[in-house]
Amino acid sequence: MDWHLLTKSILVTTEKNMRIYYFKGPVVVFGLLFPLIMFLTFFIGRDLDLILFFPGFLAMMLFFTASSVGPLITPWEKREKTYERLLSLPVILESIVIGDILAGAIFGAGISIIVFAACSLVLPLSVTSLPLLVLAFILGSVTFAALGTLLASPTTDNPSNIMMLSSLVRLPLMFISGIFIPLSQLTGWFFIFTSISPLTYLVDLFHAALNGDAVYPPWVDILVLIGVTLVFVWSAKVIQRRNLVKGI
Amino acid sequence: MDAVRATGLTKKFGTFSAVDNVSITIPEGSIFGFLGPNGAGKTTTIRMLTGVLVPDAGSVRIFGIDVHDDPIAAKLKMGVIPENGTVYSDLSALQNILLTAKFFGMERVTREERACEILERLGLSDRQDDLVRTFSKGMRQRVSIACAIIHAPPLLILDEPTTGLDVYSRRLVIDTVRRMNREGSTVLLTTHNIEEANALCSRISVINHGTIVATESPEKLKKTFDTSRYVEISFNREVDAPLFSASCIPNAEPYGDKWRVYTDDPDRTVKSLVTLADREGLSIVSIATSNPSLEEAFVTLTAGA
Repeated sequence: MDWHLLTKSILVTTEKNMRIYYFKGPVVVFGLLFPLIMFLTFFIGRDLDLILFFPGFLAMMLFFTASSVGPLITPWEKREKTYERLLSLPVILESIVIGDILAGAIFGAGISIIVFAACSLVLPLSVTSLPLLVLAFILGSVTFAALGTLLASPTTDNPSNIMMLSSLVRLPLMFISGIFIPLSQLTGWFFIFTSISPLTYLVDLFHAALNGDAVYPPWVDILVLIGVTLVFVWSAKVIQRRNLVKGI
Repeated sequence: MDAVRATGLTKKFGTFSAVDNVSITIPEGSIFGFLGPNGAGKTTTIRMLTGVLVPDAGSVRIFGIDVHDDPIAAKLKMGVIPENGTVYSDLSALQNILLTAKFFGMERVTREERACEILERLGLSDRQDDLVRTFSKGMRQRVSIACAIIHAPPLLILDEPTTGLDVYSRRLVIDTVRRMNREGSTVLLTTHNIEEANALCSRISVINHGTIVATESPEKLKKTFDTSRYVEISFNREVDAPLFSASCIPNAEPYGDKWRVYTDDPDRTVKSLVTLADREGLSIVSIATSNPSLEEAFVTLTAGA
């Protein structure tokens, strides 16, 4: 395998996705508006400490933006009949999967960093560890872009089916990840329950980076996010490989 | 070196055997036709050749490179127009072509020059910046062809490239295939348009029910299955059937204002008819021999499809 060609195929796939699916006015506006609406829904009107909850809000934002468009790409390409042409170009399945993830990660991180920068102008945010903050943005965007690509993998050329599946998986994760109730305030079964969600570890990593009040040691958050990313990527590859064998 | 060497390709979908032990060898520089009725296994075979579909058994080598072992290197040698594939409708014609060129690793200057040249050749220069979603089917197919040939591929694979196209687009496709072949590309073309295959291909494989039933040059295929050749003749005055039988010309039947003489040997029959006309003082108004038809070979080979 020529690694130069493989890298090139990944980067061109990423560029293709960014240009066709992400760099569109409505997508960018939705990416910015949706977390804002979620923020207004859950935080405004309640007597909450915004600084305490900000890491959870940032994680939620990154989670939604990085995994929002990815689930649609493959079903959309299958419906538009561009997927077959893409497969006949000098790419392999891994190029497509990683290219999809990179595009989602760039979009998620880009939007979240803009929002973080804007919020830091109006809120007295502190950064305890800049390297951890950068790592949280990178790991979080890649992990949840990989989730988006995994959600795109089941056999369908109907994007609305995938949107339903996507909502079914993503919305519950948001409620069991320490976004609305800080992890430090959870005990017993509730705490164990939140440990199932990969989003919990991103929320915790942002807590470590911003407020320095993480529950888990940062290396645990990092290892879990890396492990979950590998599982998502591997699963997406296996499912899409199976689809290729079946010719669907 | 062979441009394509596929051995024992087999693909089943559930219990249905779509392609069964298909082997194809395409010499470099040729135009190879892959004929078959709908559902015969043409597209499934092409999808396996282009690395889109994983075969259950068999192997494919493109210019000696195994598609399974080194798919990117093998695909770099190909330009593919898939039957079920189209270009991105949210990009312009030019953007589609340049994006494809990037996949093939072409340098910026080269891909821009080549894109302009191809757009001009395919009559798309005026619309190069328009979104493909505003294009007709024929124009989309031309963009698809432009994408497939942007890197001057050594192997061009076209799956039903002219189906549903208007005359102008169809002619452009055929001209492009010929030109690419003249410039050195090997061409693999699937079609169920027999005349197209006849006009373009130096060699043809006929596939039916997932297996190759014949591989020959179009002329040899026609001759193999030519069972009803005839000579058609008309004279300056009416003649009767006994005139032919008296001259040892059997199987003559009236056909409008002409006579049709069925024969295994058109050459001998034409000479006999000329002798007969001389002897009887008849003037020949018209005389023609039927050409063996590839359609006949195709129908015979794919009977029951």
